[in-house]
Amino acid sequence: MKKDIILCGVGGQGILSIATIIGQAAVDAGLYLKQAEVHGMSQRGGDVQSNLRLSDDPICSDLIPHGAADLVISMEPMEALRYVAYLNVNSWVVTSSHPFKNIPDYPDETVLMEEVHALPHVVSQDIESLAKENNSPKSANVILLGMAASHLHILTSDQLRTAIAKVFAAKGEKVVEANLMAFDLGLRLGRE
Amino acid sequence: MIRKLLLGDEAIALGAVNAGLSGVYAYPGTPSTEITEFIQGNMLARQRGLHSRWCTNEKTAMEAALGMSYAGKRALVCMKHVGMNVCADAFVNSAVTGVNGGLVVLAADDPSMHSSQNEQDSRFYGKFAMIPVFEPSNQQECYDMMARAFDLSEALKLPVLMRVVTRLAHSRAAVVIGDVRDENPLCPDTGKHWVLLPAIARRQYQSLIDKQASICLAAEQAAVVDASTEKCNLGIVACGIAYNYVKECRTSHPVLKISQYPTPKDAIRKFAAHCEALLVVEDGQPFVEEQIPALLGTDYPVKGRLTGDLPRTGELTPDAVALALGKSVVGILPAAKNLAARPPQLCQGCGHRDVYAALNEVLADYPESRVFGDIGCYTLGALPPFKSIDSTVDMGASITMAKGAADAGVFPAVAVIGDSTFTHSGMTGLLDAVNENANIVVVISDNLTTGMTGGQDSAGTNKFEAICLGLGVDADHVRVVVPLPKNMPEITRIIREEIEYKGVSVIIPRRECMQTLQRKLRQKK
Repeated sequence: MKKDIILCGVGGQGILSIATIIGQAAVDAGLYLKQAEVHGMSQRGGDVQSNLRLSDDPICSDLIPHGAADLVISMEPMEALRYVAYLNVNSWVVTSSHPFKNIPDYPDETVLMEEVHALPHVVSQDIESLAKENNSPKSANVILLGMAASHLHILTSDQLRTAIAKVFAAKGEKVVEANLMAFDLGLRLGRE
Repeated sequence: MIRKLLLGDEAIALGAVNAGLSGVYAYPGTPSTEITEFIQGNMLARQRGLHSRWCTNEKTAMEAALGMSYAGKRALVCMKHVGMNVCADAFVNSAVTGVNGGLVVLAADDPSMHSSQNEQDSRFYGKFAMIPVFEPSNQQECYDMMARAFDLSEALKLPVLMRVVTRLAHSRAAVVIGDVRDENPLCPDTGKHWVLLPAIARRQYQSLIDKQASICLAAEQAAVVDASTEKCNLGIVACGIAYNYVKECRTSHPVLKISQYPTPKDAIRKFAAHCEALLVVEDGQPFVEEQIPALLGTDYPVKGRLTGDLPRTGELTPDAVALALGKSVVGILPAAKNLAARPPQLCQGCGHRDVYAALNEVLADYPESRVFGDIGCYTLGALPPFKSIDSTVDMGASITMAKGAADAGVFPAVAVIGDSTFTHSGMTGLLDAVNENANIVVVISDNLTTGMTGGQDSAGTNKFEAICLGLGVDADHVRVVVPLPKNMPEITRIIREEIEYKGVSVIIPRRECMQTLQRKLRQKK
């Protein structure tokens, strides 16, 4: 089995943390993995993405070919649309519906969300608001990961929970607990 | 067997440490920064007390590493591709002096200019200096090649260049970690061949020429043909990371994989003899492709970036390579309609914002003014909403271009340069300006760090007033301000005063980078 995932959003939204968690779980599971990241200038409030490839077999390219992504996990609805070229009719898009407007020409929200929902398979939630309601504003990205978990297939939610505990271990038990709660919340939403 | 999930950069770093490295010398630059940062945090490197502090620029880094090599120890120099231009004098001459302890120069190229001003391909520098060049295709090779590069450097007594591209430097994969080698003992060279007086340099240059056969042989042996070489209509020559994109296409064509240079001419001749045509796939510039007509004759059909079969600019992608192999990669879904560009921008609360706000306010009264920018986060001042700067060329060019423009009669001529860029390459230009009393205003926007690359130490922190005074700037015209909206009246007044002063003025707006400040606050919690 292989899973090609595009993680995307705006610089500072926690894309690379999601990649780190999935990466940890994949290593623990003995999967092959390649994960291309963007560092440097674009991290300053620009669009950011990471190509994450998981497989039982060795992986060649660090980049995902067009039309080959199985899953797009996006912290921002317009950013999800940036990677449409990588989708096919079987691909899933799991995205936050909360727009991040730091540009003057951000599209009309209603029209934008109509286009997002016209994609073949979409799960979207306002994870920013959910994170605030659940007193974990910094864990919006982990809620999103939870929402995407049931579409990952190649990793179980338990494997991801173990990885979350490992990745956040250095930050203390409270941070681990908050992130596990956020993950479980996302997991429930993703299944609804 | 130990497996670790590592970025290409980190695999290079760990490979070097485990190969008995004694010091890394570098100036931060995307996509090379993580190599030095990894060594700074590595346990074994700390235990061994390896040198890993940041250098002022790539030239000081290259020369210090050469000094460590002179002393018999293994040294690594890391930089982004354009850093090669800065250290080129030392780099090219290090091939003439030769080395004592192993010396590896790591250049991280940035095709597609994700964070750069050009797409120069560092393999040309290796050819220019006539030294071996390694080009790994994946993270495991990044790790493994480091030990081989140091061994070859010591065997040939020459520096070795290793070239990677952004997509390898910044991509993670699991890497099998090998054994750890001891550091070399201190053993300074005793030969006089390090003194490049013309008579000695001529002998050394001849010696470099004499080594070319060994260098070529090593590259020939590293070239690998996969799949059968029975007669076929198209053979693929794949260099470095390009090999992965070719394999991604599951092509049935035979592939010659090149991972070491000088270009392995015999391997290409032998491979081409079984093929009717070649497709050369390489990331960066058409380095190998350009050399092929001289090898196979101009009648032999060669496809690649020069023929338009692959894009002439930008990084390779699996899609571009698939297209060159005749596979259609037409998107199944229609293109998105409600999509706007989201360029990077200065952080909210960043001091550079206040600097540009003040400059814009004052310079609105001087329609003939020109602002010469430099390399760093503050280059983003060229974009809306500020649109404040008129040029960005290379590290330090703000001051010297402002001077040249002032020499020509431009008034006001303003330079905007960051603290780290100023010590990297701005100081000498400021001395030129002082010596001629050029009528320029230099703004050293000091955020106490090397911000663009993620907040590394800045070589001149706490020294800027002293440096400017030492270079001869009049003490009355070295002005320090705190760039905050509430100080706008004071800042704009000072800018006006210094524009009206006929001579060199330096204004230093100083306030900590928001990124490093927030990181410190998080760590305190």
